[in-house]
Amino acid sequence: MSTVEAPGKKRAQIAARTLRTDNWRGYPIFVVVVFTAWVAYATVRAMMGKYYWVDEYHYLTPFYSPCVSESCVEGSAHFGTFLPKLPFFIPFAAISLPFLLLFRLTCYYYRKAYYRGYWASPSACAVREPHAKYTGERRFPLVGQNLHRYFWAIAAVISLINTYDALLAFHGKDGGFGIGLGSLILLANVVLLWGYTLSCHSCRHIVGGRLKNFSKHPVRYWAWGVVSKLNERHGQFALITLGSLVVADLYVALVSGGAISDLRIYN
Amino acid sequence: MSYQAKFRVWRGDDGDGELVDYTVEVNEGEVVLDIIHRLQATQAPDLAVRWNCKAGKCGSCSAEINGMPRLMCMTRMSTFTEDETITVTPVRTFPVIRDLVTDVSFNYEKARQIPSFDPGDTKPGEFRMMQQDVQRSQEFRKCIECFLCNNVCHVIRDHEENKPQFAGPRFLMRIAELEMHPADESDRRQIAQDDHGLGFCNITKCCTEVCPEHIKITDNALIPMKERVAGKRYDPLVWLGSKLGIVKKGQDTPSA
Amino acid sequence: MTEIERHSYDVVVIGAGGSGLRAAIEARLQGKKTAIISKSLLGKAHTVMAEGGAAAAMGNVNPNDNWQVHFRDTMRGGKFLNNWRMAELHAKEAPDRVWELEHWGALFDRTKDGKISQRNFGGHEYPRLAHVGDRTGLELIRTVQQKVVALQQEDHREFGDYEARLKVWAETTVTRLLVQDGKIAGVFAYVRETGRFVVLEAPAVVLATGGIGKAFKVTSNSWEYTGDGHALALLAGGTLLNMEFVQFHPTGMVWPPSVKGILVTESVRGDRGILLNSEGKRFMFKYIPEVFKDKYATTPEEADRWYDDPDNNRRPPELLPRDEVARAINTEVKEGRGSPHGGVFLTVVGRMPGGAEEIKRRLPAMHHQFKELADVDITSEPMEVGPTCHYVMGGVEVDPDTAAALVPGLFAAGEVAGGMHGSNRLGGNSLTDLLVFGRRAGMGAAEYVDALGEDRPAPAQEEIDRAVAEALAPFEREGGENPYAVHAELQQTMNDLVGIIRTEEELKQALEALDKLRTRVANVSVQGGHGYNPGWHLALDLRNMLIVSECIAKAALERTESRGGHTREDHPGMSAEWRKVNLVCRLAGNADDPRVELKRQPMEPMREDLIALFDNDELKKYLTAEELPAEAKDAAVTTKEGDK
Repeated sequence: MSTVEAPGKKRAQIAARTLRTDNWRGYPIFVVVVFTAWVAYATVRAMMGKYYWVDEYHYLTPFYSPCVSESCVEGSAHFGTFLPKLPFFIPFAAISLPFLLLFRLTCYYYRKAYYRGYWASPSACAVREPHAKYTGERRFPLVGQNLHRYFWAIAAVISLINTYDALLAFHGKDGGFGIGLGSLILLANVVLLWGYTLSCHSCRHIVGGRLKNFSKHPVRYWAWGVVSKLNERHGQFALITLGSLVVADLYVALVSGGAISDLRIYN
Repeated sequence: MSYQAKFRVWRGDDGDGELVDYTVEVNEGEVVLDIIHRLQATQAPDLAVRWNCKAGKCGSCSAEINGMPRLMCMTRMSTFTEDETITVTPVRTFPVIRDLVTDVSFNYEKARQIPSFDPGDTKPGEFRMMQQDVQRSQEFRKCIECFLCNNVCHVIRDHEENKPQFAGPRFLMRIAELEMHPADESDRRQIAQDDHGLGFCNITKCCTEVCPEHIKITDNALIPMKERVAGKRYDPLVWLGSKLGIVKKGQDTPSA
Repeated sequence: MTEIERHSYDVVVIGAGGSGLRAAIEARLQGKKTAIISKSLLGKAHTVMAEGGAAAAMGNVNPNDNWQVHFRDTMRGGKFLNNWRMAELHAKEAPDRVWELEHWGALFDRTKDGKISQRNFGGHEYPRLAHVGDRTGLELIRTVQQKVVALQQEDHREFGDYEARLKVWAETTVTRLLVQDGKIAGVFAYVRETGRFVVLEAPAVVLATGGIGKAFKVTSNSWEYTGDGHALALLAGGTLLNMEFVQFHPTGMVWPPSVKGILVTESVRGDRGILLNSEGKRFMFKYIPEVFKDKYATTPEEADRWYDDPDNNRRPPELLPRDEVARAINTEVKEGRGSPHGGVFLTVVGRMPGGAEEIKRRLPAMHHQFKELADVDITSEPMEVGPTCHYVMGGVEVDPDTAAALVPGLFAAGEVAGGMHGSNRLGGNSLTDLLVFGRRAGMGAAEYVDALGEDRPAPAQEEIDRAVAEALAPFEREGGENPYAVHAELQQTMNDLVGIIRTEEELKQALEALDKLRTRVANVSVQGGHGYNPGWHLALDLRNMLIVSECIAKAALERTESRGGHTREDHPGMSAEWRKVNLVCRLAGNADDPRVELKRQPMEPMREDLIALFDNDELKKYLTAEELPAEAKDAAVTTKEGDK
């Protein structure tokens, strides 16, 4: 391939890093504060090893779903305990959390957010980045971002598990059906998680985006249309689910630890 | 109605220059390009500026206004306060010819390296394409080639050395347009990654942010292209399938 | 003194809009080494502004459409003053040119069965305009631009050089055609970036420079539209045809000043938009001319019924032909019933059953245009509009089949060429005009070069020296006038005195004023360097605008009738005698200070098989009695007797 010759002329020499006068620092600061706080919270909670199950109402926090270690308290392991007792730094949901992390880490929205926020590459549009060299996502490890579709598939399975958990959480004191604030929070969280998972760019590609001729695949075209609509809000889902996960987990933790009692609506 | 605005305009050529201060009249309803024209007609007759249609349809008057890449004809003065100093500089990524005019030949050279539309054996008049099949590429064909996306992209804006290997959002979008064209028969996925630098893109979305046509460059062109390339190059199942002979490998189209 | 680069080509195309690029593609396909000279960057030409579509009788939406119907529509639109052979070629070849675009990658909107969709437009009997939303011009220019690139890629594979046979000279302006022994020998141009001069030697030159709008104050045209090709042709010994016909679009934006003149598409009126004066009165009912009385509604109630039931009601008068609406708006403003910024109100507020949402859906581009450019929300506020200079029907006199001008080696296509549209152009005919005659010009040029063989004229040094001196003159003069000021006055003169409505007295005044401006144009001076100097560029363009303005004014004074884009208040009727007359401009007199000379030239009678496509009743409106076909004459006699 022929290349573009080095330009004979120079660019306008302007020393300032940027001439922007608006609040361009807002977004990267927001990202760093929110993400750092979230990761800190999630790390502490995932390793805490307690307050994740409310036996009375069958509330299981998503941070411990599926609970598969022998350490899991009785009732919380919906799929068996096929992992042995684990050292403190390995979460009970060892088979799901790493993949959820990778799913979000390779997500096209989060990539934008952390490249801007943590890496300043760039911090904001038309703001000079501090790095001397830039190679993008062409080499190891960043070339691994291309595996996003697999993490999406795993995340979809985990979303199914979360859905199952949320349905089990409609559990009353007497052992039958019941509704509490906790069941609603877990349900809302799961709905939002589906919003995030289904609005994924890889999902959009797999569902129909990869086709050249939509007209020959009317069902996939319809599905692609639905996912495309959701996809416009992918970034919003990504942020909202961070919040909903914390809310769901915190609520379960507080009820489980007895700090508050669940607000019961029915049974 | 009318007031005196403070402007700072970059003046100079071959890279050397400075921000020059002007005080200039502004009337109701005007855009930045009007003010630049007023400077030309009254204070700086040789102030160089590139413009054509003045209606946001030709993409000639790209510049950076208060640091943001924008079309001068589409930036209304009413978006600024009267006491604000408005800075106008040439787009940063391309070498400057004079004042606000830059040498954008980079873009025309890149355009030439992307293999053109390939209709295969279909004859003129024989195309049958459905609206839902053409609409994705139609969005990309709204592009007015203002090159603000290529200007804002940090891959070449902040790293000039990447220019030979990176076609910029505009032309990666052109590849996406052809890949999604229902009647095109070439396969440009390999060269999108190898020759035109799709892998440089870290989807920070500045191209989409500055596009005056509001084309969703990142979501609708670049990410779908990345997914297509991933399907061809980075998908272990596809790799396995091709080794086993289940997945058929097509011909890659070389760069032109 | 000045170092001048020289290059040699077979064909040089001046202009990189639709017709220029199409001509260059054709010349290159014929194996000719071709240069494209673009006044701006490639892909920025005024073609991008075309919204409606490209008229071609493909019959995709209504199978009854064919070239004969299209031909009839075009002739009617042009009030029979069209060069009928051009109208015939255009109607016949337009579909192939559109299909060809698709083969080069264009993506038009589709019909349900996957063909190119076609839309209705004023003056076209059937849905005929291939389109992409309201950005058809952009699609057209991008497609031919990408075809140019495709050909360059072929050459790159073959010769290792993209520009081996097709080179684009971006931001380059031709100031003189070089003529040797009466034949084209090349062009003299300057490259804006450096201000350096260049001579491109070539036996064939295609003019594709577009129109003349910048001679008027209010125009939808961009700064490039300064009549360069018209003037270059005249200066090289060519002729211009029927320059008095200038189309004023009735609805251009009048506010804010930055966008004054920018088009508000006809579809606004087609989609229930109405025109109101400052008193809030729907004034168009007052302006229905006698000949249209039976076709247009006389009450607002009937007009409003038409949108839903066009078969049983007459059309709203807002949909009268462009010239009628433009004149009506002009009168309202003149009589003091205009809007605050000197136009009238065009509104769709409360006019659509679906409310604001429907307005946004049906007129997305206009909603966007007013929102972004004028900060006006058309769903809740009226637009202010007024007539704007839009298109010149007149242009270089050419041979219909080869696009050859009178000067051997000179060709012209697109808006710069005259004849095709007669006295008034139909919407949508422009884009296909570019393609049909762009291709023919490229082919004509290639054939001419082949016929010429080795015997190519070489440009003479003294002519090049003269061109250099002329181009540099504005720098030499000290203390001369500011070109911007002279330009503003020229525009004001043309707008006020040679505008939509013309009178003998005002046209005479205009000619006097232009005479005075000639001295001032010859005396402008510019400062600064040669590289990218806008003042200098304008100084050079002024010569062209002045010559063209003189042609328009002279022809307008001569033609004592009203027809299409030429309205004489003192001669309001259309005359069958005048239909037989073409007005032809040329330059005469001293070569250093030539004057525009005008002569009448008889129109060639239409071929019989083409005449036969029309109803005799219709022909009678346009042709003189002796021009009518035999049976029509008989019929004319019978009808008269019947009337008695």
